[in-house]
Amino acid sequence: MSTILEREPAAAEVIPTFTATLIIRRFDPEVDDEPRWQDFDVELYGTDRVLDALHKIKWEQDGSLTFRRSCAHGVCGSDAMRINGRNRLACKTLIKDLDISKPIYVEAIKGLPLEKDLIVNMDPFFESFAEVQPFLIASSKPDKERRQSPAERERFDDTTKCILCAACTSSCPIFWTDGQYFGPAAIVNAHRFIFDSRDEGSQVRLDILNDKEGVWRCRTTFNCTEACPRGIQVTQAIAEVKQAIMRGKP
Amino acid sequence: MTTERIEAPRSARAARSSGRGINWEKWGWIYMRVSGVILVVLIFGHLFVNLVSGEGVNAIDFAFVAGKWADPFYIVWDTLLLWLALIHGANGMRTIVNDYASTRPYFTLFKKNVSLSTIFKGALLASTVILLILGTLVIYTFDPCLGDPQSSGLQEICAAK
Repeated sequence: MSTILEREPAAAEVIPTFTATLIIRRFDPEVDDEPRWQDFDVELYGTDRVLDALHKIKWEQDGSLTFRRSCAHGVCGSDAMRINGRNRLACKTLIKDLDISKPIYVEAIKGLPLEKDLIVNMDPFFESFAEVQPFLIASSKPDKERRQSPAERERFDDTTKCILCAACTSSCPIFWTDGQYFGPAAIVNAHRFIFDSRDEGSQVRLDILNDKEGVWRCRTTFNCTEACPRGIQVTQAIAEVKQAIMRGKP
Repeated sequence: MTTERIEAPRSARAARSSGRGINWEKWGWIYMRVSGVILVVLIFGHLFVNLVSGEGVNAIDFAFVAGKWADPFYIVWDTLLLWLALIHGANGMRTIVNDYASTRPYFTLFKKNVSLSTIFKGALLASTVILLILGTLVIYTFDPCLGDPQSSGLQEICAAK
């Protein structure tokens, strides 16, 4: 007896879609003097993210729309943008989690020079990052690995999660004022090495951050903690660096 | 296994911050925290004594203030309140000026470029110093009988002197 399963042509299952309106802050330096808002209607699935909507617009409606994205899965930190007034990663924000009865506003992150559409010049951000010397400074040359206890590793675990997306720094009202402040992301990455038991450069980093533009400009508004797509307790990390500077050691 | 020693990349800010004296930003920050805690006690104590205890707000007149300043406890209390609160407020204003006022040259004074930020901070410093001197002067040179004892309700005390 043959047991061939008769495959019935699946009753064309229609995956429900909905239409969302995205209002995107466009800027083309070759044409525009000022940024302008442009709206797009996009047909989307319940599983779509803001990044998928941006892809649809770029691929199907307006190829000139410019934005950064790389991995598209919340790891590379390329697509931080301001969505409905909050800094988020476009690839981690589901459209259905936003209020789709209203238009979704998408714009570039604030406080960094706008280059085109959703792209800003990240140089000032990475300059601050480089200034805190975010690499292991160690004079010892062990024969094996540098040993560290689980508790010592736990001390800076939270700040190892940073993906340098700039969502925190570009949500900081102090960074917006003149862009001279180191910014939360640089301090988070300094924290990651200051409290690392294997590192010997803590004092150097504490001196760098004990600056007019260093940790003391933080007003603990918690914008950075709220903006971080990795859930890093940024404001707490900054406060721990302040305390370390006051103690004079990590 | 060898570890290569890699030169740290150049850092303008690090070079600038080395070999400086007292770090005023750090001490300014600590001052705000410490004075803030003390001010909570001083201000609410001040409000309670003046507005709630005894007859409450109706008791406040020239004689009430004169009575308080006859007690060294309240002279010290009010001096602390004056100095801590004024400097606390001025330091807060200074951080706001640092955040929002332009540091670009605004005009030239004695061949030096002066920015809006410098003007604001100068005005802030001047007004704070003047208010501190005047306030301290009032607290320590206060004499309830210097004015018109008839209107102050202190005739008897002043007459006895």
